Amino acid sequence: MWNYSDNVVDHFLHPRNVGEIENPDGVGEVGSMACGDMLHLSFKLDDEGRISDAKFKTFGCASAIASSSALTEMIKGKTIEEALTITNRDIADYLGGLPDQKMHCSVLGREALEAAVRNYRGEEEDVKQLEGEVVCTCFGVTDTEIRDVVRENNLTTIEEVTNFTKAGGGCGLCHEKIQEILDEAGASNALPAKHSTGASKASSAHELTNLQKIHLIEEVINERIRPALQHDGGDIELVDVNQNIVTVRLKGACATCPSSSVTMRQFVEKEIDKLVAPDIRVEEAHA
Amino acid sequence: MRAVYVDNNATTRVAPEVIEAMLPYLAEQWGNPSSMHTFGGQVMHAVDAAREATAALIGAEPREIIFMSCGTEADNTVIHSALAAAPNKSRIITTAVEHPAVLNPMKELQKKGYDVVFLPVDTEGRLNLHELEDALDANTALVSVMWGNNETGVLFPIERIAELCAMRHIPLHVDAVQAVGKIPIDLARVPITYLALSGHKLHAPKGVGALFVRKGTPFTPLISGGHQERGRRGGTENVASIVGLGRACTLAGEHLDEEQTRVAALRDRLEHEILTTIPRAFRQGDPAMRLPNTTNIGFEAIEGEAILLLLNEYGICASSGSACTSGSLDPSHVLVAMGIPFTRAHGSIRFSLSRYNTDADVDFILEKLPGIIARLRELSPVP
Repeated sequence: MWNYSDNVVDHFLHPRNVGEIENPDGVGEVGSMACGDMLHLSFKLDDEGRISDAKFKTFGCASAIASSSALTEMIKGKTIEEALTITNRDIADYLGGLPDQKMHCSVLGREALEAAVRNYRGEEEDVKQLEGEVVCTCFGVTDTEIRDVVRENNLTTIEEVTNFTKAGGGCGLCHEKIQEILDEAGASNALPAKHSTGASKASSAHELTNLQKIHLIEEVINERIRPALQHDGGDIELVDVNQNIVTVRLKGACATCPSSSVTMRQFVEKEIDKLVAPDIRVEEAHA
Repeated sequence: MRAVYVDNNATTRVAPEVIEAMLPYLAEQWGNPSSMHTFGGQVMHAVDAAREATAALIGAEPREIIFMSCGTEADNTVIHSALAAAPNKSRIITTAVEHPAVLNPMKELQKKGYDVVFLPVDTEGRLNLHELEDALDANTALVSVMWGNNETGVLFPIERIAELCAMRHIPLHVDAVQAVGKIPIDLARVPITYLALSGHKLHAPKGVGALFVRKGTPFTPLISGGHQERGRRGGTENVASIVGLGRACTLAGEHLDEEQTRVAALRDRLEHEILTTIPRAFRQGDPAMRLPNTTNIGFEAIEGEAILLLLNEYGICASSGSACTSGSLDPSHVLVAMGIPFTRAHGSIRFSLSRYNTDADVDFILEKLPGIIARLRELSPVP
């Protein structure tokens, strides 16, 4: 039996916003019956361009239904641009996490949102499908989709890619191709391009100028670490960067959290090592 | 909350009489059956009695029974032993719908270069015996087929398959894990070479099974060690569970008629009511040749895991061949082999009953299920 979080069970047993909006501003449908899950999303905008209502219909397992329900709750009240900042990871976090093998349900949510926005903007329904080359023929997953998900979730193994996109979960013939995509991503993918300051991940902190290093660390903290901590009621502040030692201060719930040292080592330092340079140490500032 | 357990092909309740029979062998009678002293020797008598009871249920001789840890071990032992007995033969014939305990060892042998034939089934889950006959040749080391399918309950015509193999002197293994205790089996009459059974499918505990090997068949153990089981399976006997299996086999023999009549009638009523009251529900598997306790029903346009979890809210325990329940991404290999459309395969539910089920259980399921199906169809984008 799956170990679903209470939130997943709640959204499955009491799904929010089920149905279809009449005269919607945007409609998106992703997935298929053959693949085992399918999501139909519709939304309506108010006069200020905010999503005033969102509804879904989903064929799929408990986590697919819960992810759809969560998505509709999350996008309500947001502008299109704000809604598009929601990643599949955010959907999973909103639900208190999903089992690894079920992460593709959150990706389905994110894709339905993109499809509905494309529909709203009058773009081609399946522009994303056409963009890429099909890698996984069993589940019809393109290289573009895999690259996006690998980048957004820092995936490193084929198993993770299968959990998130289903690609590679059928006959297995595409594993080599997925590995190539992972290899490419691992080599070049320090931060999403839109955040790049010109510096990118180094094999050692010495390869970066001080300025590059500080910029990168700031970005990683602001773009990746802070949102995650804020989600749990905490916060973080960059205090100083001295050679390879980064000093930060944990705030909010994190400041009094008994597992803050675990957060520092397992999350903050890992993220910075992964995205800036592997030999950086993170220390906590003491007041 | 009341629990309605209709997942007996997954595992069964240990019969109270079985627990009672086992307890002395967990408490005061803890000797080693191989010992020379009376204290151990009396335990050996209990193991022998269990062997007689197990043999009696399937029409075998006690010496043809080897106790093991589970059905999977029995299946693997047969494959290992049969190939060792025929080192120059490279063909193995099995079916596409076997349990993973057979299917996965077969796939590994295929990778090692064996010519493994996976016989297909039709949309009702039936084999075409002409295809089997065509595949049988002088190079065939083993035929391995299941008696009753765990997912659909479909029974293969083992008597006829046994004749076809015996005529050609080809050893036949039957994975009868689901069939033993549910249908009459008489190995004195049917020329099967090997047969696997499992304790926990017939109200004995988990962790015990048995392999029938017809006398005169060359045998190579999979687990070699001490002289237990006459040197055919090393390892000190799981005495209490073996005693439990023996008791369970005796009980199964006593209840065999009930399985064919009362349990079958419960299953038939459950199935008939579901198919007539719930729209777009389809029986999956040949109704004419089926285990008496099993029904597999596909509900169009909804997903099995969601159905199971809503059934679970009412304490109803069933299982599904959907992809999501297994952690894999494809629906059950059995339903795929039958060519069941994806629209139904993902929404398939298996109800497997036992002699502990009652009319009230069936009523309760019939009361709750239509609402669950309707609720999920409300959620579904597929009309």
